[in-house]
Amino acid sequence: MNNSMNKKIGFALLYGILLIAAVLAPFGLYPVFLMKMLCFALFACAFNLLIGYTGLLSFGHAAFFGAAGYVAGQALKAWGLPTELGLLLGTITGALIGLVIGLLAIRRQGIYFTMITLALAQMLFFVALQAPFTGGEDGLQGIPRGKLLGFIDLSSDLNLYYLVLAIAVAGLALIVRIIHSPFGQVLKAIKENEPRAISLGYDVDRYKLLAFVLSAALTGLAGATKALVLGFETLTDAHWSMSGLVILMTLVGGLGTIAGPIVGAVIIIMLENKLGDIGNWLASVTSIDWFNTLGDSVTIVTGFIFIVCVLAFRRGIVGEILHLFKRSSGASH
Amino acid sequence: MELFGIPLQALLSQLLLGLVNGSFYAMLSLGLAVIFGLLNVINFAHGTLYMLGAFTAWIGLSYFGINYWWMLILAPLIVGLFGIIIEKTMLRWLYKLDHLYGLLLTFGITLMVEGIFRSVYGVSGQPYSVPEALQGATNLGFMVLPNYRAWVVVASLTVCFSTWFVIEKTRLGAYLRAGTENPKLVEAFGINVPLMVTLTYGFGVALAAFAGVLAAPVIQVSPLMGSNLIIVVFAVVVIGGMGSILGSILTGLGLGVIEGLTRVFYPELSATVVFIIMAIVLMIRPAGLFGKEK
Repeated sequence: MNNSMNKKIGFALLYGILLIAAVLAPFGLYPVFLMKMLCFALFACAFNLLIGYTGLLSFGHAAFFGAAGYVAGQALKAWGLPTELGLLLGTITGALIGLVIGLLAIRRQGIYFTMITLALAQMLFFVALQAPFTGGEDGLQGIPRGKLLGFIDLSSDLNLYYLVLAIAVAGLALIVRIIHSPFGQVLKAIKENEPRAISLGYDVDRYKLLAFVLSAALTGLAGATKALVLGFETLTDAHWSMSGLVILMTLVGGLGTIAGPIVGAVIIIMLENKLGDIGNWLASVTSIDWFNTLGDSVTIVTGFIFIVCVLAFRRGIVGEILHLFKRSSGASH
Repeated sequence: MELFGIPLQALLSQLLLGLVNGSFYAMLSLGLAVIFGLLNVINFAHGTLYMLGAFTAWIGLSYFGINYWWMLILAPLIVGLFGIIIEKTMLRWLYKLDHLYGLLLTFGITLMVEGIFRSVYGVSGQPYSVPEALQGATNLGFMVLPNYRAWVVVASLTVCFSTWFVIEKTRLGAYLRAGTENPKLVEAFGINVPLMVTLTYGFGVALAAFAGVLAAPVIQVSPLMGSNLIIVVFAVVVIGGMGSILGSILTGLGLGVIEGLTRVFYPELSATVVFIIMAIVLMIRPAGLFGKEK
């Protein structure tokens, strides 16, 4: 009893410190880079709602992420809508595509579900490649940031940073709320034992679909925000390798943990960004010239991390820490 | 001569190209199905191993001067051996876990191998010329048949149906089918199931590499040729269901042909038509055309 009280206070303190750090971060670090991280953290958390708490592995989340970015970009650039509406439209786009893909994919279980989401997302990729407004290979360029509520100028990186931080924190809070709600408990029951959840009278397909749509909508929000931050949207965001990347972030951080996907997103984005430097350093230490090209070969490194995580590190960083924590507190009893 | 306003020659040549693609779909989905049946692993790396097959053939020719016909035998053996190493050192540890880890591991292998080939050879394709004996075309009167494409279709159909024969009609195939149903019981009868699993994976991989060698002269050999294909093959597998060998072969060929016809009548849809068919099949017959839900 006392122990769980302490634990709660500990977590509250930890989250408080993290939030203060996030508020102060843009004074020390490059804000656009931080915003990109926040967008990916929200993306990975939304993805984790499915894999970690419902047990559904979607290989098609790039579809929601990319499509929302394109729609938000188009709304802000071509239709001249206010920023808030652009983000909202992106979120709705994510939800609607999630509804269509979800309705089809939940008709099959397990590994088939994964293959269906991958195939349908690939179909959307081809649509994005051919549709006139996406700009094909060039992407959608020059998305204006606009003004929040008509008077806060978002062209200042600092203002935009706090908007993105607010969006990410609100999204995370919603996810935590969903996980701890009765609805979230049913999702967990489906993950642990689907036939049993059915025999208890739950309409499993409806729960799965709702979880899928929620995850897609939040992914859409993340995608739309990212398009707003960077000012452009390209095919990379809709490509299957983006779906793979978000799986990797979640896996590295820890499937089914709340903080895991955030940690994973931060690590993977930093790695992508710093890989060139790491390669140069490795080259100077080992005097193997090949390492100098490491920055151009991100996929080799991400593939390697995938293999290591799956073989030896399936709990992820946060999962591993929680496991140690549990074992030590279990031993003291 | 015209049919539906399309010159017959164009229609037939697209149909043939569809059959060629269909044979690749058939061989890859067949391998995926055999591997999934026994290992319960969806081999994401299948497309990459197909790419490795094509590259092995290309490397063999341009560095060592080994001709197409030798590589048609050597490349599947080399890549199959690579597959066996993957199975022995990595996949083996995942059988008791959720299916998704097998998929993620093979996805990681895909990224790594593809990344390495991209960093060495770039993304542009390497040309591989058609072997001398199969160059040129035969005039059949109603169409001009490129010899090499006809050979691809005949060779892959032969391999596919031999595989079907071995699995459905021989003693070895009976062990394999029994292992798919209940590996523990098969092991109790004194059959070395782990060895069977390794060889099955090696065989599925060799099949993908064989398809890769066949494909090398048709399309340019490039590091990206596999991952683009594997997603279509996944859709093929969802449409056909992995329950039946013959089903995988027929679905693969059929979808190749449909794709070819779409390229004639409505080219904008040719990249997506397989996915659209998948969506329709999921609505009407969720278990797939030949599927038994496993």
